[in-house]
Amino acid sequence: MKKNDEIIKMVGITKKYDSLDVETIALSGINLSVKRGDFLAITGRSGSGKSTLMHIIGLLDIPTSGTYILNGTDVSKFGEDEAAFQRNKEIGFVFQQFNLLPKLNALENVILPAIYAGMEKKARTEKANMLLTMLGLGGHLNKRPNQMSGGQQQRVAIARALMNDPELILADEPTGNLDTHSGDDVMRTLKQLNKEGKTVVLITHEHDIASQAKKILHLEDGALVSK
Amino acid sequence: MNTEELITLSLRAIWGNKLRSFLTTLGITIGVFAIIVLVSIGSGLQSYITNQISSLGSNVIFVTPGESGGIGALLSNKLSLQDWKNIQRKTLLTAKSTPEIRQLETLKYKTLRSKGAFVFGVSSSYPEVVTTAKMAQGNFFTAGQEQSGSNVTVIGQSVYNKFFPGQAAIGKRIFVGNKLYTVIGVFAKIGTFAGVDADNIAVIPVETASIQYGTTSVSRIDVAANNPDLLPIVIRQINQTLLRRISSDDYSIQTADSLVSTISSITNVLSLALGGIAGISLLVGGIGVANIMLVSVTERTREIGLRKALGAKRNDILKQFLIEAVTLSVTGGVIGIMLGMLVSVIIAILLVSTVTIWSVALAFGFSVAVGVIFGMAPAIRASKLNPIDALRYE
Repeated sequence: MKKNDEIIKMVGITKKYDSLDVETIALSGINLSVKRGDFLAITGRSGSGKSTLMHIIGLLDIPTSGTYILNGTDVSKFGEDEAAFQRNKEIGFVFQQFNLLPKLNALENVILPAIYAGMEKKARTEKANMLLTMLGLGGHLNKRPNQMSGGQQQRVAIARALMNDPELILADEPTGNLDTHSGDDVMRTLKQLNKEGKTVVLITHEHDIASQAKKILHLEDGALVSK
Repeated sequence: MNTEELITLSLRAIWGNKLRSFLTTLGITIGVFAIIVLVSIGSGLQSYITNQISSLGSNVIFVTPGESGGIGALLSNKLSLQDWKNIQRKTLLTAKSTPEIRQLETLKYKTLRSKGAFVFGVSSSYPEVVTTAKMAQGNFFTAGQEQSGSNVTVIGQSVYNKFFPGQAAIGKRIFVGNKLYTVIGVFAKIGTFAGVDADNIAVIPVETASIQYGTTSVSRIDVAANNPDLLPIVIRQINQTLLRRISSDDYSIQTADSLVSTISSITNVLSLALGGIAGISLLVGGIGVANIMLVSVTERTREIGLRKALGAKRNDILKQFLIEAVTLSVTGGVIGIMLGMLVSVIIAILLVSTVTIWSVALAFGFSVAVGVIFGMAPAIRASKLNPIDALRYE
């Protein structure tokens, strides 16, 4: 099962929200298959359910019904702590807002996922150092987020996403807060990572960003539409 | 995430908000400081009083009129000089004893006066029974002088210093009330006892006192067994003697040990009450910790969301905030303990105070407990945050 070439397999995933007797259907029966080494872009207008889908793929939320197999493990019914363990191991997040901790320097921010994975201190420091150097931030190890440009901060976030060697990189509007130049830079990095074997799922509403992926899926009113 | 990392993390968070952390810590510091100092004063007082009583000797028995601790003694004192004489005869081979006729009196020498002095009418055995009574000059009166009702007196250091500073006092004549007495001895310094100057005294033969004050009632009979092993026998002898004439409600018997335990129980309550008051300020400090931790959790909602997204489990977040609260509170506690010990040592020089290990341990334990108890609610709140909502939080 583990050696399946499908890293994400979703069958009939739905998500409903109940608030004050009003039922909102965010996702209505998503079937999705992402192969190992794929570069998939999911697009959609705001309100199309793409954030909800991103949260479910990223194990930050659980579906109302349906089956979700992530890298060979059925995670559809996972509780909070099981989900935390699984996403720590399998998923590297890149957020639109970078989400770096302001009081930690670049190195310490990159180390965070390894701390929760229980990696030994010396090993994780060396690895974070290596990742940051690889992404061209070797001279910025001790800088805090507010001492770096947006592009640099997003590269720190990418280094953090790679820290636990996940198979899946989940990028949520990674260029949304960047200028064109830095945005291109981030996309080049993601493409390079894909080339090296990482599966990348990119959520965006910008067409020219999505078009750089190998495959594009469009989300409309909680359902996937091929384009 | 191991404990060492969590402590480092919490220290960084605390250090990152220096002023706020300092003010929160201050609440705990004051509470712990108050506990240490007040309990130290309480137990200092206790050991001071206990020592004073123990210095009377473990072989001493006090016979007082009325029921122990009752006010009957003030209303009708049935303990008389005759009772002492009976006791003395009965315990001839086992103990020495002295009655005490106590009177507040003004002493005069020429134009000098010593007001509020205690006059004790006692037997010639007094120096053998009351171990604090040591002679600095002259001699105590003899059995012969006692029985003949001589007008002789032995004075305390305060009286001596007032009337005859630096001079020989023996042979001088002073007024005790309206009668003239010849000074035959001076006691060594005793000191103050519960705020009363124990050296402002004049001791006279009991027969003389009985005549001068027209009374045969005694305010106390002190009996010293010849050795501590005889104590039970002497107590039995006293009871046999007294019960022949008066009822068991008319007198009570106390030993130094029983006095110590009575007074200990009083000072223990005092220590507890003082500690309790200090405990309230620690409670207030704890509420301060809870308050600041709640603020901290709210401020760091995004951080919590991110940590969860990156793989932190509920327990990791719970521990992180709990240890932060405990670190905050223990830091305050340790500062409070050090300040409290310092001040207690200073107080000990001027008054009485003893830093006890248990009050330090108690204060430390309290500050840990305060951190856990008041940090728990904010930490649970943090651990229950939904990562999606937390990440969206602005």
